[in-house]
Amino acid sequence: MTRSTSLLYLDGVSVSFDGFKALNDLSMTIDPGEMRAIIGPNGAGKTTMMDVITGKTRPDTGEVYFNGAIDLTGEDEASIADLGIGRKFQKPTVFESHTVWDNLELALKAPRGPFATLFHAITGAEKTRIENLLNLVRLQDKRDELAAHLSHGQKQWLEIGMLLAQDPKLLLVDEPAAGMTDAETAETAELLKDISKDHSVVVVEHDMTFVRALDVKVTVLHEGSVLAEGSLDHVSGDDRVVEVYLGR
Amino acid sequence: MMTSLLFRAMDAKAGVFLAILLTVIILVPAANLLLPESHPLHVPTYAVTLMGKYLTYALLALSVDLVWGFCGILSLGHAAFFALGGYAMGMYLMRQIGTRGVYGDPVLPDFMVFLNWQELPWYWYGFDMFWFAALMVLLAPGVLAFVFGWFAFRSRVTGVYLSIITQALTYALLLAFFRNDMGFGGNNGLTDFKDILGFDVQADTTRAGLFAASGIALGLCFLICKIITKSKLGKVLVAVRDAESRTRFLGYRVEHYKLFVWTISAMMAGIAGALYVPQVGIINPGEFAPANSIEVVIWVAVGGRATLVGPVIGAVLVNFAKTWFTAALPDVWLFALGALFVVVTLFLPKGIVGAVGQGWSALAARRKSTSKVKAGSDDPPGSAPAVPVSESGPPKSRMPAPDPQPAE
Ligand SMILES: Nc1ncnc2c1ncn2[C@@H]1O[C@H](COP(=O)(O)OP(=O)(O)O)[C@@H](O)[C@H]1O
Ligand SMILES: [Mg+2]
Repeated sequence: MTRSTSLLYLDGVSVSFDGFKALNDLSMTIDPGEMRAIIGPNGAGKTTMMDVITGKTRPDTGEVYFNGAIDLTGEDEASIADLGIGRKFQKPTVFESHTVWDNLELALKAPRGPFATLFHAITGAEKTRIENLLNLVRLQDKRDELAAHLSHGQKQWLEIGMLLAQDPKLLLVDEPAAGMTDAETAETAELLKDISKDHSVVVVEHDMTFVRALDVKVTVLHEGSVLAEGSLDHVSGDDRVVEVYLGR
Repeated sequence: MMTSLLFRAMDAKAGVFLAILLTVIILVPAANLLLPESHPLHVPTYAVTLMGKYLTYALLALSVDLVWGFCGILSLGHAAFFALGGYAMGMYLMRQIGTRGVYGDPVLPDFMVFLNWQELPWYWYGFDMFWFAALMVLLAPGVLAFVFGWFAFRSRVTGVYLSIITQALTYALLLAFFRNDMGFGGNNGLTDFKDILGFDVQADTTRAGLFAASGIALGLCFLICKIITKSKLGKVLVAVRDAESRTRFLGYRVEHYKLFVWTISAMMAGIAGALYVPQVGIINPGEFAPANSIEVVIWVAVGGRATLVGPVIGAVLVNFAKTWFTAALPDVWLFALGALFVVVTLFLPKGIVGAVGQGWSALAARRKSTSKVKAGSDDPPGSAPAVPVSESGPPKSRMPAPDPQPAE
């Protein structure tokens, strides 16, 4: 796999915090249209990897390229979002004092400058799009509810809805099933599979049932680098993976 | 375009507020000028001026609410912008004195003659013209705020650190304006004004006019704030206040948004200062005192953050109390102010307007939910809603928004 045909390309990425290497020579490639699951024990560096891709953390060394040509290490969060990389955080972060509707409206793909938003009047097309998203994430009844009053699972779904509203090329989804019931987890897996039909998706998840339901290529991270890669059955057969992760 | 913006900005609360303000703007000057002094409803001129001063404070509080209430930028330096606007107006008023000064110099203000200056410093040029001074009332605070904000917001200084450097800013200006060689009258500041736009500043009619002008400025700035906060831009501001980094990941350039409201807010503070100076008759470096900026924040907190109306009420009430206390019990005032702040923080975290609004919507919600119980539920028995809505309490959407974090 080469950089030029990839959607996301990480090569030799290292990040250290006060000498502790959160990412250690991490290399990984995501193809256009691919959905990838990333698993690994707590502290493996999964969230840090997303921080690097989205411009929150600068890598000490290594290359990060989007669409084969765009060097992400030189961009800030806003321009990376603008390039088409959307992110759902591990801890659901929605705008609590805004309604569900307003959360989606803010996320909706539209000009992002202060003057553009000052004069912005919501269009019919935008309303339709928000309606569709509300349906998709099953928050139709909650549209006027403040996001603060949603349940944990509903916040997760709202955040996924916001992610879709941005219409990104690549979605980075950090632990979407955390804190969900089994039924919700299964629904979330279905939703993500649906989304992956026309988006590239990277999902970080702990829940093995969830990862199995996704049925996609899996990358196992451990101590900041890739330990194994392949189908879930393949990686769960790997002795080192069993030792550090699955066998616990 | 402007009409649609205005249309979106107006709501019942804004309408009531503007109607009351308009009534005050008309009635107070009328009661001063038209009623004979013996009439029980006559408003003496000193009271008109005092209330005019309150209105300029209200505008200052409004400007702080725009950045603090809606965008989470706790400015402890807004008095600096207020004072700069005041100095710009003061310079105009100084140059109107002409030969009527103690030394009778046609160009140089008295303090320059006293310091043996031979000619007017370049930065005093143009201030003999009102339009130029008016422009400077906006530009001096606006440019300073823009430059300050440019650096502060780009380097992502937030929270307490930002508040501290705003204090440092106003303190630095305080020290600078104290110096005689700055050319702004040093310790004594600018005073002994004679007239404004050709009208005697002491005349009752001028006083009434300045009162009305303060009210109109407050009303217009209130409308501008309303337009800003009701727009999508306003929603982005609240998003920045509540979860700044999340907003960045959605692709919004947070520093541009902060710079925008920060600069507008500073210009509003400048207008307030410019209207304050002719009414109180003096501007001196004391206006830059760090404590002044902190007092403004207390007015906003008392009235209610992020409500726009609240800060106006807070500023007027607290200053009314201050006037009373400083006359009746001068030693007690600072303690009273401190106590007020503690009480409001503990018991009315949303300020007066927030508390009233909360009570009001709880009442409205109770009415609504009782009628819902009567109407019965359409849901078939088996399909309980995912989140049970208690029928006795207010529906959740009516509950107050969570407190915004001051900063991340
Ligand atoms: N900002 C930070 N400062 C210091 N250490 C950090 C920071 N972010 C992450 N780490 C550390 O890096 C390691 C990897 O963290 P993270 O990427 O969150 O792991 P994961 O998401 O795989 O559980 C952890 O040990 C964590 O404590
Ligand atoms: Mg993590």
